[in-house]
Amino acid sequence: MGEAIVVTSGKGGVGKTTTSANIGTALALLGKKVCLVDTDIGLRNLDVVMGLENRIIYDLVDVAEGRCRLGQALVKDKRFDELYMLPAAQTKDKDAVKPEQVRNMIVELKQDHDYVIIDCPAGIEHGFRNAIAGADRAIVVTTPENAAVRDADRVIGLLEGEKIPSKLVINRIRQSMVKSGEMLDIDEICQVLAVDLLGIVPDDEKVISAANSGEPTVMNPASRAAIAYRNIARRILGDMVPLMLLDEKAGAFKRFRKFLGIG
Amino acid sequence: MTEKQHIMIKGVKEGLLFLLDDQCEFEVLLAELQYKLEKTHQQLLTGPLVHIHVKLGSRAATDEQKEQLAAIIRSQGNLMIASMESAPPSVDSDQKSVNNLQVVTSIIRSGQTLEHDGDLLLIGDVNPGGTLLCSGDIYVLGALRGMAHAGVAGRQDVVIAASLMRPTQLRIADVVSRPPEEWMLGDAAMEFAYLEDGQMQIDKLSQLFRIRHNPIMFKGV
Repeated sequence: MGEAIVVTSGKGGVGKTTTSANIGTALALLGKKVCLVDTDIGLRNLDVVMGLENRIIYDLVDVAEGRCRLGQALVKDKRFDELYMLPAAQTKDKDAVKPEQVRNMIVELKQDHDYVIIDCPAGIEHGFRNAIAGADRAIVVTTPENAAVRDADRVIGLLEGEKIPSKLVINRIRQSMVKSGEMLDIDEICQVLAVDLLGIVPDDEKVISAANSGEPTVMNPASRAAIAYRNIARRILGDMVPLMLLDEKAGAFKRFRKFLGIG
Repeated sequence: MTEKQHIMIKGVKEGLLFLLDDQCEFEVLLAELQYKLEKTHQQLLTGPLVHIHVKLGSRAATDEQKEQLAAIIRSQGNLMIASMESAPPSVDSDQKSVNNLQVVTSIIRSGQTLEHDGDLLLIGDVNPGGTLLCSGDIYVLGALRGMAHAGVAGRQDVVIAASLMRPTQLRIADVVSRPPEEWMLGDAAMEFAYLEDGQMQIDKLSQLFRIRHNPIMFKGV
């Protein structure tokens, strides 16, 4: 019996889909059997980020309406044998499925996957209700902007109402802006939201190019964001991994000097 | 008769004033009234028609109970009931507000509203977008970053206090205030907001006693 984790944020454009794709891939990289579920019906793009768009035959709405079995709709990843994706329909709307139908699918998927990662649409309406229906816990993604933090707070409140525990991922942090005080810092965000921090992801241009080429960032270990996502995946598995140091210029020599106390 | 008198009878210009104790059992009151009228205050019963004003204090007497009292008084020929009043308990507002303090341990997140009739002690934060509505005082043992409205029913003597005062908006009765524009926030000290001449004021929490001074009961030696 696996665990279902919904990735949500309230606000759009903070990186829910990127986070879902990368955490899912990172868990697969660590040898887990993972299924990604896209619940953003009508505006699907998890398949694009994963580079699996041209392999889709059936989708989530087909399963809900009984046109195919759940197993038939799953798309196997091209890189990992143990990574699958259940795509959303592009032609329908959010209310094409009911929360109970999604819950049943998630329960079925949990039978033979270690982790079911659910990509939630933006907003807190029907699509959100669908996405959280079968979730055991939640990852709330936010960026260091006031608007995103507000929305994350709202979503955490709604998740608390549904008794779904949530953890926080702060995405797209620019250390230089945090230092100059133009961007909210991590402590400030954690203080307001009062939930456990699962990880921080630095802003990285490689994430954009990776998403465009249909290759999740985690596959490229040279990217700092990739390391951040791998750390998050390890924390989901229960490992204790320290938070990433965001000071880009802190080289090995400087850290050594700091260790000696003369830095 | 009992050691403690529950009924006081006073002569006033319009007649007689019956002050009835509002803490004791109602039956005790009835018995004492009967006893007083029939045994100890016979002199009242002889003479001209007397108007009686009955004051029940803060006792919430039912119509039936009032009728029982009236029947005993009326049974004495020359007594006539002119009025029977019970002051609503809310007159004693200080007493009431203390009794009605509710303690809530929660975090009020964006989009959530906490409403309460009376005073409220919130242990936890109010986040931006969260709302506190309260007919009495608001005390936040945590950070107030959202909106707090004290005295929603119109009371002007209420305060809003918080460990960390960083609200998006404060309202007391019908006065609305946007903190950063209208008053500068101090350092991270505990503060409270109150109304003075219809203006929102803010001060350190240690100054609250200046507008809200309760006598201290010394107990023990």
